[in-house]
Amino acid sequence: MTEIWHGLTKAIELIISLDPEVMQIAGRSLRISGTACLLASLICLPLGSLIHFHQFRGKRALTNIIQTLFSVPTVIVGLFVFVLFSRAGPLGVLGIIFTPTVMVIGQMILITPLLLGLTISALSGVSKEIVDTATSLGASGFQTIWLVLREARYAVLAAVIMGFGRAISEVGCALMIGGNFKGVTRVLTTAAYLETSKGELELAIALGIILLFLALIINIVLNRLQQR
Amino acid sequence: MSLIKVTGLNHRYGERAILENINLSVDRGEVFALIGPTGAGKTTLLRIIDLLEVPGAGEIYFDGKCIPRSGKQRLEIRRRMSFIHQKPQVFNLSVYDNVACGLRWRGEGKNKTAEKVDHILEMVGLKGYENRNARTLSGGEAQRVALARSLVLEPEVLLLDEPTANLDPISTAKIAQLISYVARQRNTTMIMATHDMSQGQQLADRIGVLLDGRLVQTGNVTDIFRSPQNEEVAHFVGMENIIESVIIANNEGIAMVNIGGNAIQAVSNYPVGKEVYACIRPEDITLALSSTQSSARNSFQAKVSRVTTLGPLSRVEINCGFRLVALVTKISAEELNLQEGREVYATFKATGVHIMEKEIRQ
Ligand SMILES: Nc1ncnc2c1ncn2[C@@H]1O[C@H](COP(=O)(O)OP(=O)(O)OP(=O)(O)O)[C@@H](O)[C@H]1O
Ligand SMILES: [Mg+2]
Repeated sequence: MTEIWHGLTKAIELIISLDPEVMQIAGRSLRISGTACLLASLICLPLGSLIHFHQFRGKRALTNIIQTLFSVPTVIVGLFVFVLFSRAGPLGVLGIIFTPTVMVIGQMILITPLLLGLTISALSGVSKEIVDTATSLGASGFQTIWLVLREARYAVLAAVIMGFGRAISEVGCALMIGGNFKGVTRVLTTAAYLETSKGELELAIALGIILLFLALIINIVLNRLQQR
Repeated sequence: MSLIKVTGLNHRYGERAILENINLSVDRGEVFALIGPTGAGKTTLLRIIDLLEVPGAGEIYFDGKCIPRSGKQRLEIRRRMSFIHQKPQVFNLSVYDNVACGLRWRGEGKNKTAEKVDHILEMVGLKGYENRNARTLSGGEAQRVALARSLVLEPEVLLLDEPTANLDPISTAKIAQLISYVARQRNTTMIMATHDMSQGQQLADRIGVLLDGRLVQTGNVTDIFRSPQNEEVAHFVGMENIIESVIIANNEGIAMVNIGGNAIQAVSNYPVGKEVYACIRPEDITLALSSTQSSARNSFQAKVSRVTTLGPLSRVEINCGFRLVALVTKISAEELNLQEGREVYATFKATGVHIMEKEIRQ
């Protein structure tokens, strides 16, 4: 018990003193997951709109698959990306395994189903009457999609934030393809994992607190958005 | 030449036929009212004309050109029209952006847009609301935003679906005024769906009666209200007295019809012996306590069987050997002390009786 208490006070010290190592790790986490989230959004928002606004065979099945993949285990994505990018893998020549780049790719793949699915359901929340009204007022197909995205902006933003939350809090994928190299690919979750296994509880707790704090912020923002 | 022409239009939802063989043409600058009971297919027809929906069968011509069933041309044509939907939906944006969006989509410049939006907001009485989120507006205000959003586009054709449903009488009058102002000022062609008969009467040059998916009768206001083509239309346009009768004499267009032993004079060309319906609008019947000398050719002694008050009017059911319903002002009903059992004289002109062929039912 005293150990935890000791760890907690030390952790708070580390945070308040803006300990360079802790800050560096947190910054890297934000950067990698932020980039992954941004890139995934750039793909998923248009793709989600396309899926939502078009009728095609197998649309139902596709949305079902997407929803199933919401909770795809991170280690499976990790394994997949590892096989793809490892030295012997089909994309091994790129030589990006164990770099932040591959972590971005991994997290993008991880959160794509979530972002895609939530974008589609956000757009479904916009009534058909709104779409008809826009069409009547002379909106072209793209103008209608843009308007509907704007109508659903809070729900879409909520989707993006959920995606970011999942990216920054996952550990399996980051560990498998990032390798947890100090100063390069070590992020909040992998660092906390490592420090715990080494018995360095204070650092692990400090990282954990930062993670919790980020989760808190994400939740506050989400709540605000959902109240709109 | 007609600006909008619809030929042989059929439409179904699933198995149900919603519109059947609609033929309609509306001239440039004409105000056409589509009246019909709920579920008749008015909205569906407007949606098809606005090219929101592709009809099951039939063609739509705009300005003489046949509109293809798909493709880019539909957007171009649609941009020359504007449709105010039955349940107006405002976008979750500011009032200004709501009104400006149609102009922006057409590539209108920023200054020009601002100018037009300002002007139209003034016109619909929403000046000062520019920055309000449109979702926070009251129902009536939202309706005005919807109207402004369409009018600002200065469309060649304005499609209005129950433009004043859900509004109080004053707002209704204001909107109706604005609509007729625009129709005159800009010579805008309008097609307006309504089940408010008086609105159709006030605003329209021509009326079409849509019953159960069929355009049963089109004509000017007097045609529709005075001379309905059949029983269905007569019922719908408020012809409360529809009485079975037979022509017993005809002297150069002045006919005598027999209603249960009473002879009524009417204007008709049907030959003697023809079974018909005699239709009399309730407001065309006057009630008095004594038999008056007037140009009215039909006068009957009658007994009041029931009086109901409808706002400023009283609906009086009387029996004069046959049953009639008369509509008089509440004040005159009070002056005449109309109540059950009261003896009155009912009078109506021969020209107030519309003789209609009795349909042979299968
Ligand atoms: N998308 C749809 N799918 C199935 N049925 C529909 C659809 N839209 C309309 N209908 C049906 O078509 C019929 C005509 O509907 P429409 O909305 O055109 O009537 P309306 O004349 O506008 O009625 P109201 O005066 O109540 O607005 C109705 O019975 C309605 O239930
Ligand atoms: Mg309707």
